[in-house]
Amino acid sequence: MGLLSDPNRRKALTTLLTRLNTPICVVCYLAGIAWFMGLAFEPFTLRTYMSENAMGSTMVEERFPAGERALATGREFAGHKRKAGGMPVDWLVKTMQDRGLEVFTQSFSRTLPFPDENKERYMVRGINVYGILRAPRAPRTEALVLSAPCSPDNSNNQAVGLLLGLAQYFRNQIYWAKDIIFLVNEHDLIGMQAWLEGYHHTNISGMDYTPLQGRAGSIQAALSLELSSDVITSLDLILEGLNGQLPNLDLANLFHAFCQKIGVMCTIQGKLQRSDWDTAEGYTHAVQTMMLMVLKQASGRPWGDHGLFLRYHIEAATVRGVNSFRQYKTDTTTVGRLLEGMFRKLNNLLERLHQSYFFYLMPSLSRFVSIGYYMPAFGLLATILLLRALDLWVQLGTPTEVTEDGVGEVEPVSINNQGSFDSPLTHIYIDLYSKRHSTFQMLFISGEGTEQGWRVLKLVALLYLAVLLGCTALINFSLGFILAITLVPVAACVTPHLPKAVSALAMVLLSPGCTILYCVFIFQELQEAPVSLSEGWMLFLSVISQGILDHSLFGSLVYPLLALLVYPCWLLLWNILFWK
Amino acid sequence: MAAPLTLVLVLAVTVRAVLFRSSLAELISERVEVVSPLSAWKRVVEGLALLDLGVSPYSGDVFHETPLIIYLFHFVVDYAEIVFMVTDGITAVALYLAVQNYNRNVFRKQKYALEANRYPPDCLELMRSPKEMFYIPLKVATFYLLNPFTILSCVAKSTCGLNNAVIALFILSTIKGSALLSAIFLALATYQSVYPLTLFAPALLFLLQRLYIPVNPCRSSFWLFTLQYGFMFVGSLLVIICLSFFLLGSWDFIPSVYGFILSVPDLTPNIGLFWYFFAEMFEHFRFFFICVFQINVFFYTIPLSIKLKEHPVFLIFMQIAIISIFKSYPTVGDIALYMAFLPAWSHLYRFLRNIFLVSCVLLACSALFPVLWHLWIYAGSANSNFYYAITLLFNVGQILLVSDYFYAYLRREHHLTQGLYLRRKDGSEATLVLK
Repeated sequence: MGLLSDPNRRKALTTLLTRLNTPICVVCYLAGIAWFMGLAFEPFTLRTYMSENAMGSTMVEERFPAGERALATGREFAGHKRKAGGMPVDWLVKTMQDRGLEVFTQSFSRTLPFPDENKERYMVRGINVYGILRAPRAPRTEALVLSAPCSPDNSNNQAVGLLLGLAQYFRNQIYWAKDIIFLVNEHDLIGMQAWLEGYHHTNISGMDYTPLQGRAGSIQAALSLELSSDVITSLDLILEGLNGQLPNLDLANLFHAFCQKIGVMCTIQGKLQRSDWDTAEGYTHAVQTMMLMVLKQASGRPWGDHGLFLRYHIEAATVRGVNSFRQYKTDTTTVGRLLEGMFRKLNNLLERLHQSYFFYLMPSLSRFVSIGYYMPAFGLLATILLLRALDLWVQLGTPTEVTEDGVGEVEPVSINNQGSFDSPLTHIYIDLYSKRHSTFQMLFISGEGTEQGWRVLKLVALLYLAVLLGCTALINFSLGFILAITLVPVAACVTPHLPKAVSALAMVLLSPGCTILYCVFIFQELQEAPVSLSEGWMLFLSVISQGILDHSLFGSLVYPLLALLVYPCWLLLWNILFWK
Repeated sequence: MAAPLTLVLVLAVTVRAVLFRSSLAELISERVEVVSPLSAWKRVVEGLALLDLGVSPYSGDVFHETPLIIYLFHFVVDYAEIVFMVTDGITAVALYLAVQNYNRNVFRKQKYALEANRYPPDCLELMRSPKEMFYIPLKVATFYLLNPFTILSCVAKSTCGLNNAVIALFILSTIKGSALLSAIFLALATYQSVYPLTLFAPALLFLLQRLYIPVNPCRSSFWLFTLQYGFMFVGSLLVIICLSFFLLGSWDFIPSVYGFILSVPDLTPNIGLFWYFFAEMFEHFRFFFICVFQINVFFYTIPLSIKLKEHPVFLIFMQIAIISIFKSYPTVGDIALYMAFLPAWSHLYRFLRNIFLVSCVLLACSALFPVLWHLWIYAGSANSNFYYAITLLFNVGQILLVSDYFYAYLRREHHLTQGLYLRRKDGSEATLVLK
């Protein structure tokens, strides 16, 4: 307790902090950014490893044979889908029943708060079809889910075909200890949300759905499949879910382990891992991959159908097949073998995946950065806010030369008149009436237009921002960090004494809205599809509308956080800038 | 001063009424920081249902409140919200009157000491003026009524509000000087939850001081009064316990209430220190650690009473704070009670050293509690260590707050005897360092 109780050391520390406040803040900011960029540098990352013992070795012999038949089923599905103009419910039900599954359907409907421009839908009505493969030997307490979306256009037909092919293959095996649910959901995320809400008997999004007739036990893990071509060159893994929640790292490790075993090229964020980490291009590549993950996580939207499972404590990921211009092509049988292997491993689980990390960033599929390594970057940015708050507190605590009513410092009154009974008391009372107010009282009596007033407001704003960003970074690190990068300099530097026009422009350029705009442009750049200014603006507007829709449909927290909690803070700082 | 107090009461009742009618009420009544297994309203309703069925309400380890509470709610369960709002009002008014009376005493003593020239000449800055002390009772009542912790506790219908009311009435009757009423309310508070037993010492010290009986074990007047007060206290406690026996017809409320509080079988997470430790404790050592943790609550009474024997009201504040930090099932309602006293010590502000750090820590932890609970229970990404870390930090913040106020109080007393601007023997300026 030496630092907190020894007044000499405290005074030395506080004078140091107030004198060197600006340099320390600048150093902390640069250090925070540098730390974050350094996270992608390969020697600072750890190689991924399988933490769950039950999923240890990949010593299974995958024998899935029926890739061609799966493609034929997919073509049949496409034909029926075109004929039905949506989900071919009867054909799917009959096909699943032929494969020996217990088939059930669920219809749902939802009216969006406003028409969705991107997907061109407003009143959504659909039917989910799912079949349950009951485990032959085990009690029906746990389940795994394999899902494929039924897209209205001509994509993901092969995914449904492979799903049905796998269902037929799995039905003939005797080693399943968990029930497997094969789900084909319509209208991607909305259908998935309806199915999950029906499965878990909740209703958080105001969706209308029929209750599920068949159920299979508590879901341990889920995989969503997106496959739109007969042959693929690589498989992409998508991890980011709703509100930036990520599945357990063991699921990504499982995928990576099987891709390496079977020999399929695997990517994350669409980028292949490079081995030349010590060159500039290699490092930039890793930074790009990590930044893509950060931006996707910060948006708070689920980037695949798996994103909604995470909220129910179900580890889920989306596997997407990509067909690009590479020489080596992988056929559907291999993809089927990979999925079979993953499901056999997930079948071995005794408890939910919990051994590995839940909070991580991935600069590539085999390297990760855990929360202990990336949190200090945010911590350094939050320190700036706390240092500024401490500085303001010290400034508010030292008495000013002249108080508001112009009364100067108090002089000690000596009682030298011992004679009269009342005079010491009158001396004391006059003295106390004119004594300087304590800071505590100052906090409550300062009104508008005083020097102290804006300092008090700034102190409150800084502490509020620090607590808000801290809580945000715990739930969704990327969102917290991106908000911190732009809001912390604004909060630290704003005073009424800055030149108004320039600072106002700077504040607008660093506001959360413009941050979203920059993120849109950076995201497009990183995806190697740069957009022009007008296209970027349209994309920005669509991002905002998607954010509002996500909040209303799935309960994403990004939009209410920005609108109700972050913008008032920014407005407080704006108020301080224009303090009279 | 009645008008501003009435205004504050009206405002408080409005806020609570609005929250009662909103959808937040259910959310709040399930939060573990606000309700504990002892004070949850759900359990009271469960106990009432069992009573209506003719079964003992203590069967099934659901209900852990005292029989008097269950009989009180047997009659007023339809008006439960009004009862809790009225209880908060009673606590606020009792604290208001108590602090007003205390301030009057303090000012009178200060006047006599000034006239007797007992203070060194440079201590005039430390003197308290009537102007400064005029608004303190109103601030105390406001601090209690409009504290978010109190509002949350009231909206959740936690019986902690009733405990606070009894303790506030005990403080009022002690400060007014009525030994019998003070003993009765203390017995009622001890009957509700065992820990207010430690408030016996400060109440005794205050009443002795008021009756000008010196606190000296050699004097017979001291022992006479102590025995009188002790007899009144123990007698009321026995009467209340026997009344409970006759109300319910059996003694099974004793293991269910006192056994539950002292042996901590329920390890639901809360803002206290017990749950995490005992979740990972081996059975072999459980009894030993239960004793250690429980003695910790009672242990500080003796040293604090010796140090603060001339300042019993501050001792009451310290004891209430220690009880709400170290008790087995604390909730935010307990914290609200001792925080209500902080305006009464606003003259100590200049000697407080860590107030900024403490306020930041307490605010940040209050914001982080629901976040980490969500991450642990709903998202499944965190685990109990995260939540306990925040609990520990919160309790460290509270302990720092209480010890800071203690230091400031003692420092002011020191200055009042030794002078404000300290000089060493050779006349150079000295500073006071706590080693």
